[in-house]
Amino acid sequence: MQKKFEIPRQVLVEQDLMQPGITSCQGCAAPLSMKIALKALGERTVVVFPACCFAVFVGGYPYSSLKVPIIHCPFETSAVVASGAAAALSVRGEKDTVVMVWAGDGGTFDIGMQALSGAAERNENILFVCYDNEAYMNTGIQRSSATPMGAWTTTTPEGCIKEESKKDIEQIMLAHHISYMATASAAYPDDMFKKFQKARGISGMKFIHLLSACPPGWRIDPAHTIKIMRLATQTNVFPIYEVCKRPVSADTEQITEEWQYTINVFPEKNVPVGSYFKSQGRFGLMTDEMIQSTQKRVDRKWQELVEKAG
Amino acid sequence: MKKAIKGNHAVSHGVRLSKVGVISAYPITPQTTIVEALSEMCAGGELDARFIKVESEHSAMAALIGAATAGVRTFTATSGNGLLLMHEVLHWTAGARLPIVMATVNRAVSGVWNIWAEQTDSLAQRDTGWIQIFCESSQELLDGVIMAYKLAEKVMLPVMIAYDAFFLSHTTEIVDIPDQEPVDRFIPPYVPPVSLSFDNPRMFGGFFATDYFYEHRYTLQLAAQEALAYYPEVCREFTRDFGRTYDLIETYRTEDAEIILVTAGAITSVSRIAVDQMQGRGVRVGLMKLRLFRPVPVDCWRKALEKATKVVVIDRNLSVGLGGIFASEIRSVLYGSAHRPPIYSVIAGLGGRDVTPEDVEGILNHVIAQDKPSDAPLFWGLKK
Repeated sequence: MQKKFEIPRQVLVEQDLMQPGITSCQGCAAPLSMKIALKALGERTVVVFPACCFAVFVGGYPYSSLKVPIIHCPFETSAVVASGAAAALSVRGEKDTVVMVWAGDGGTFDIGMQALSGAAERNENILFVCYDNEAYMNTGIQRSSATPMGAWTTTTPEGCIKEESKKDIEQIMLAHHISYMATASAAYPDDMFKKFQKARGISGMKFIHLLSACPPGWRIDPAHTIKIMRLATQTNVFPIYEVCKRPVSADTEQITEEWQYTINVFPEKNVPVGSYFKSQGRFGLMTDEMIQSTQKRVDRKWQELVEKAG
Repeated sequence: MKKAIKGNHAVSHGVRLSKVGVISAYPITPQTTIVEALSEMCAGGELDARFIKVESEHSAMAALIGAATAGVRTFTATSGNGLLLMHEVLHWTAGARLPIVMATVNRAVSGVWNIWAEQTDSLAQRDTGWIQIFCESSQELLDGVIMAYKLAEKVMLPVMIAYDAFFLSHTTEIVDIPDQEPVDRFIPPYVPPVSLSFDNPRMFGGFFATDYFYEHRYTLQLAAQEALAYYPEVCREFTRDFGRTYDLIETYRTEDAEIILVTAGAITSVSRIAVDQMQGRGVRVGLMKLRLFRPVPVDCWRKALEKATKVVVIDRNLSVGLGGIFASEIRSVLYGSAHRPPIYSVIAGLGGRDVTPEDVEGILNHVIAQDKPSDAPLFWGLKK
């Protein structure tokens, strides 16, 4: 099925805020995601990088591969460094700017969580993007709290593959009553583009959770990045949805009324999770039993999401 | 205008007069009343600044990475454990050449809680690249904050204003609060040499490999040297505009002194009384108060101590396994000097234990009775 691309042609072709020089691994989804994000956000964007793969491959001194200002910062500080930059830009009287954090799962789910929680609670006017490759890939594939159950990493080797569930970052962020929360994937660039555009127009804290395939860490062929990320959504392992704040009337007492859930990508057919797990070397140690129990969990979570979206 | 205010509020007034744009802070005793006052000043419109009420001291300093990179004048304050939590970010802000000013109310840190005076917290940040200035009075605090911005923004290094918990932070003194207009002339609005811009996008704090990192660190050393050279000019201008003088060190009755006592912070005030009393009894003792501690004013320290037959350093701090930190710094500076007097290292008043003029006299009498210093520091006033 040939689908028409919705990103305006001028933006798709001409407005490019990335330039050659990215030294990421082949097939890394992060640069592609950044390209789409910056197309939607435009040149009045500040990017804040904590320690992560992107902080390295964006370019070492004196080179940068982005045509927007960049602030690097200590690993655990990105959300608050962005808060400070946003405050200073407002003191300077700068209008129509966006301060975007671009952090890996370590800098979001783990070491970055305290500053992120603080910024979210203060409803800082920043956009926090987590490009989630589901492990500490920059240091060589160690487990993070975003690593899925059943995955191999260098700190969950054969004999002790990860037994714990992935931390539910989306619910954690919503529990902070932030202004906008979405998931997205470069396998669905139209959807991603629209979400970044939308986030740009919302004041307060925005959080976008990106799935970001990592060929060396996921043990996949670099040519299969998009195919496997699409499979993640088609199997409901990584549903693509967004949650907007609904205006709450004064007499509303139910907190659940606060959110408007929208599922943006529905799976085209019922694809079992096994096809996603079996496509990647990192899940090679999962037994059929583990895959079956994961299927049940994924089905239950999908059902909950469908119910929330009405 | 003269007003009776607490040391912490003297800092708040210094920050208000410096017209900072972004403040970020987390409460910790005994620093808290600085930022409480600033919070009120922001709410009342006396200070047009954004106040970010962060969730930790680590974040307090990190918020200022973003704000100072965006070219705005910034301030924070902390104490003890909060300062230690900031440690990583202190290295970062100095290395990123951000002219942040911070008040550090020196408070003890250890495996048991204590909220009272001790300088080990600030001294543990000695190697971060921050300029460190130790203060003794509330007037010195207010003036010190204003001078700190001038120094920081000239050499692009952050400045820490350090002073004793409670003895100074919570003691009320009469302070001359300058008018806004002369302060505006002394420190005009901050214009960063390089700042975040959308017309000319730059990368700040990026990855430096082995090809440039070493040179980057060397530029920090050069900036510290520049700070040392520029500091006297800041003082001269301050004296010209406000009539008060704050040199690299302060000496008291050292002209004919054989024994020179070295102190930093609030112990200096009680030491002056002890010096007067002993001079009255014909003991030739003088006092050298340390003010600028990083960068170290090597020549100035050597010159002040060049005629001393004995140097006594009182440290309200401890480098465990060695002794007083100021004493070892003085020792290190004098080693290369033609005149190397014996140095008596004395630890006193850790965790806010009061050090009285009688204690200082006791310390001096003890030193007078010794032929030479022992290798170990003297722990004055320990309970048996």
